[in-house]
Amino acid sequence: MPRKLTNPFATSTMTQPSKAAERRPSQSKGNRLAGFFSSKSKEQQAVQHHQGVSPQMTASPSPLPTISLSAANGGELNTDEMPTTLFEPPSADEARRQERCDSQFGPLLDPSHLYISAHQGKPLEPPVEDEPPYYFVLTTYISYLLLIAFGHARDFFGKRFGDKKHYQSLKVFNGYAPLNDDFDNFYVRRLKLRLDDCFARPTTGVPGRYITLIDRKSDDFNRTFKYTGTYTQTLNVSSYNYLGFAQSEGPCADAVEECARKNGLSYASPRADSGTSELVVEVEREVAQFVGKPAAMVFSMGFVTNAGSFPALVSKGCLIISDELNHASIRIGARLSGAVIRSFSHNNMEDLEKKLREAISQGQPRTHRPWKKILVAVEGLYSMEGTMVDLPGVLALKKKYKFFLYVDEAHSIGALGPRGRGVCDYFGIDPAEIDILMGTLTKSFGANGGYVAAEKHIIDGLKMTNAATLLGESPTPSVLMQILTSLRMITGELVPGQGEERLQRLAFNSRYLRLGLKRLGFITYGHDDSPIISIVLFHPGKMSAFSHEMLKRKISVVVVGYPATPLISSRARFCVSAAHNKQDMDRILAACDEVGYILQLKYSTGIAGGQEPLPEGVTPEMEKEWRKANGLEGVIKPPRWKLEDVVARGAQDAKQQLR
Amino acid sequence: MDLHEVQAHMNEWLQEAAVTFQKVPGSAVLIRYVRSSYQNDPVRSAIELVLVIFFIRYLLAPSYSTSKQNYVKLTEDEIDELVEEWTPEPLVALPTVQEEAEMEKLPVIVGPTGPKSKLANGKTVTNLASYNFYNFNANEQIKEKAIQTLRTYGVGPCGPPQFYGTQDVHMKTEADIASYLGTEGCIVYAHSFSTISSVIPSFCKRGDIIVADRGVNYSIRRGLEISRSNVKWYTHNDMEELEQVLRKVVKEQAGKKLTRRFIVTEALFEMTGDMNNLPKLIELKTKYKFRLMLDETWSFGVLGRTGRGLTEAQNVDPSQVDMIVGSLAGPLCAGGGFCAGAKDVVEHQRVSSTAYTFSAALPAMLAVTASESINLLQSNPEILLQCRENIRLMRAQLDPRSDWVVCTSAPENPIMLLVFKPEVVKARRLSVEDQERLLQESVDETLANGVLTTRLKCMPISQHTSLKDGVYTVNPALKVCITSGLSKKDIEKAGVTIRHAITKVMTRKTNNKLGLPAA
Repeated sequence: MPRKLTNPFATSTMTQPSKAAERRPSQSKGNRLAGFFSSKSKEQQAVQHHQGVSPQMTASPSPLPTISLSAANGGELNTDEMPTTLFEPPSADEARRQERCDSQFGPLLDPSHLYISAHQGKPLEPPVEDEPPYYFVLTTYISYLLLIAFGHARDFFGKRFGDKKHYQSLKVFNGYAPLNDDFDNFYVRRLKLRLDDCFARPTTGVPGRYITLIDRKSDDFNRTFKYTGTYTQTLNVSSYNYLGFAQSEGPCADAVEECARKNGLSYASPRADSGTSELVVEVEREVAQFVGKPAAMVFSMGFVTNAGSFPALVSKGCLIISDELNHASIRIGARLSGAVIRSFSHNNMEDLEKKLREAISQGQPRTHRPWKKILVAVEGLYSMEGTMVDLPGVLALKKKYKFFLYVDEAHSIGALGPRGRGVCDYFGIDPAEIDILMGTLTKSFGANGGYVAAEKHIIDGLKMTNAATLLGESPTPSVLMQILTSLRMITGELVPGQGEERLQRLAFNSRYLRLGLKRLGFITYGHDDSPIISIVLFHPGKMSAFSHEMLKRKISVVVVGYPATPLISSRARFCVSAAHNKQDMDRILAACDEVGYILQLKYSTGIAGGQEPLPEGVTPEMEKEWRKANGLEGVIKPPRWKLEDVVARGAQDAKQQLR
Repeated sequence: MDLHEVQAHMNEWLQEAAVTFQKVPGSAVLIRYVRSSYQNDPVRSAIELVLVIFFIRYLLAPSYSTSKQNYVKLTEDEIDELVEEWTPEPLVALPTVQEEAEMEKLPVIVGPTGPKSKLANGKTVTNLASYNFYNFNANEQIKEKAIQTLRTYGVGPCGPPQFYGTQDVHMKTEADIASYLGTEGCIVYAHSFSTISSVIPSFCKRGDIIVADRGVNYSIRRGLEISRSNVKWYTHNDMEELEQVLRKVVKEQAGKKLTRRFIVTEALFEMTGDMNNLPKLIELKTKYKFRLMLDETWSFGVLGRTGRGLTEAQNVDPSQVDMIVGSLAGPLCAGGGFCAGAKDVVEHQRVSSTAYTFSAALPAMLAVTASESINLLQSNPEILLQCRENIRLMRAQLDPRSDWVVCTSAPENPIMLLVFKPEVVKARRLSVEDQERLLQESVDETLANGVLTTRLKCMPISQHTSLKDGVYTVNPALKVCITSGLSKKDIEKAGVTIRHAITKVMTRKTNNKLGLPAA
């Protein structure tokens, strides 16, 4: 476990002058991030990678290692450039182990890089959504139109004159209807295929701070891929590893190994038959305690937690009002339940109230009979937008309209709140006010599966009627142990202090990266404390370009486009983790800065933040007066900060209210 | 201002407007069009103008809504009052006494599950309630492999397969299953129960036709429900009726646009335990041009010489079956499920199957475990023989010897479902609830004698309109799962215990009031 000991000199090393020419990690620890990613040759990149890693090594308590991180378990070996250090480590083995640990969970560089994730009093405002110049919107639409036109033209001619094997499945063949011929399929073949090398990139090893990609290339426009046999170790901002529990070392992995030796690998039975173990009962108890509910039940898959729970809660004659951006699993669950489903616009409390008033006053369609019950389903943190639910707003409505509330904390559990207990913790709300708290154990806990927590009688009822419990497989011992150990680490029961540190590192990293991106001029989505940070790319072509450019700089990012997002706002998503440290964030910022210039991604107008800091002695409360006095009223300058300034000011400003 | 001044102004303004209008690109075309259409006929122009106005109004009109037809307009106060009055039902009804009792009785395993399992009450019992047919859970070789994987991959993959969640171990497991079964490709899901529920709707859309067996399991029913396809049913395992239904569908659809048609059924049925007739199915599906989706959840790793499932057991080429769905969570002691088939079929699911795209990938440890278990089955087929021998021994103790129950499962099926003999049900006039209660008592009685068995659990059939005629009454059954981890003596002893327990429950005073069957 790379436990960071306080090193007061860590930041000072960052400000030493750059000596890029030297390429020796122990000597070049300067703030030369700006120059880092400019060159493109493989060899130079590998060297840069060494440099990027070195200061964190100096900051770690162990002596300097002799082998660079990328050489340790990355694919691009660069043996002739083996860096040397002033100190010889006691043993190469130990150094290698330390590096392995660090590649899964980065050491904290400075004790000031922590922040407590909590709501600051005022009612939650929706994040300001910036809009780009019309030129970009228009060209995006034109891009899609071109893609669709070309796609149809290719289909038209391809079906008639093209290679048979590619069009076989689209045509009636031998009396069978085509297996897939609708628009979804058109989309997949003609639009998604073009960016397919950005999706489903195969990986190996732990998806921790770094992730190792298996290199592949395609000679036939992404139809098939060939593996080149090499590996690339990249900085991982793609996995939902919020608290950095994806590790193959440390207390969690040790406990899981012991548990697997003792209990085997599976319970080989549904919960209702003989799949209920002492371990699962214990996990359920701990999960319930953690989220602050009297009882909980765990499932072996997050998706089925939602898909199975709705039918057990509501049925015909009931109404589900669901946020329009809710996850597919909620929609499937709702559909299976047989209840009527309506949606309200994302996080819009006025619209929700309107829908509630209409639903209650009109009753069921046609018969006007009153609804048996109304269930409002929201998510704690929306995975594509990075927005948080306006929980205080929903609860205010709940008191008046008496609906039941289902909060899906798939992304927020562990990732939000001073104690990591999700949105309730973040807003300081008693979990008792929410009827059903659901969440996944896949993300923050580094395990798999999901849970539902509620009053005891509700959980008892669910256990008796939930198909996934009665018929689905029970969670395996190793997964249960991973949940249990990571949970105990978050609460501080195990390795006291570390859980807290992880939570605060995550909060700091999230705010730091978001502020940095805003200052560089990107349009970001989501609330300030959210660890999911999306930047908007707009053009479909920029999705693959961005992904490739970032990969060149050894950073794996997720790019998402239609249909997961509205057609126009394709985006790249960064999932921040507690396993990252400030240096990793700086690396992302430096890469984004460069790529942002190349791809013209700096769209922001400044209304959503990233403004110049106020001068000395002017507090945020005095801002209005100060602006008046200096004739700056209503003046919003598009933020285009220099990278050095972003990095220099970021750590301190990220802890204030972001502007 | 004089009238002529106004007139001059107007003229000036009109002239200016005309000049500006002419500057607009395309205005000349418009004027030419109006002139040519006018043709000294003002009525014609008037009609055209009306049409244009109607068109604009139509474009701007709010979209047509069907839901508002029955809308009652209420004042704000009335709405407030209604809101005040409305009281919802409780979210979940309090559990009934019976349910509560059942929950309390739920056995809790301490330590590993195995042929002999320790329960939370301290007793060690013979475990005949788990799918651990070959006791792979205790296999050191598999365990070692899994732990090695843990030390290289950690536990969770922390992401869906499309976003960096696909690991090389998943690809290896997929390739292993595909080569084991002999299909072109395979896709691994993270959860077995939701695999088929997701595979069906990824192929079958509204307007498609599915012909399904009435005895299919709940997972399949869920899939059928989500797919919104047109579902037709045939009597459980009745190939003649299936053919009739197929013929009817083909006849009805003749001349219409060709839609996708599927037959959905199971290899070993979860609800009845019996086996399907695959050669016949293949014959019918080829004859009537249907695609076949076969759920091998309960037969994969069970049937056939090396456990490849129904295709191996009945000598059918797996490529004849369009989609084979199976589980890795049961006897293989891993987790997750899979769908094997042609390359097109598999790749389509990677994008459009909800349980695959919207869920985190399978933990690497479990993927490796699945690969290892398959490897073991392939290299030591005698494991299967040992299990089948145990099934035969157990069957000999229960089926012919018991006065009360018969086994509906196929002879190779390690999950033995014991249902009451029809004459018992008839003589005692047992309702479904009665049977369930009696079986639960038998389970309790068996457990008291040191053998853990369970009851067949089933879910209420959905109220979905298109599925209503698919109603199928499941016979309540006692579920006894055989494992090769027990010796001949243990199996026979357990068999005797189960038989005696059933007899004891059935001859109890309280259960006896309707009289004994004529035995």
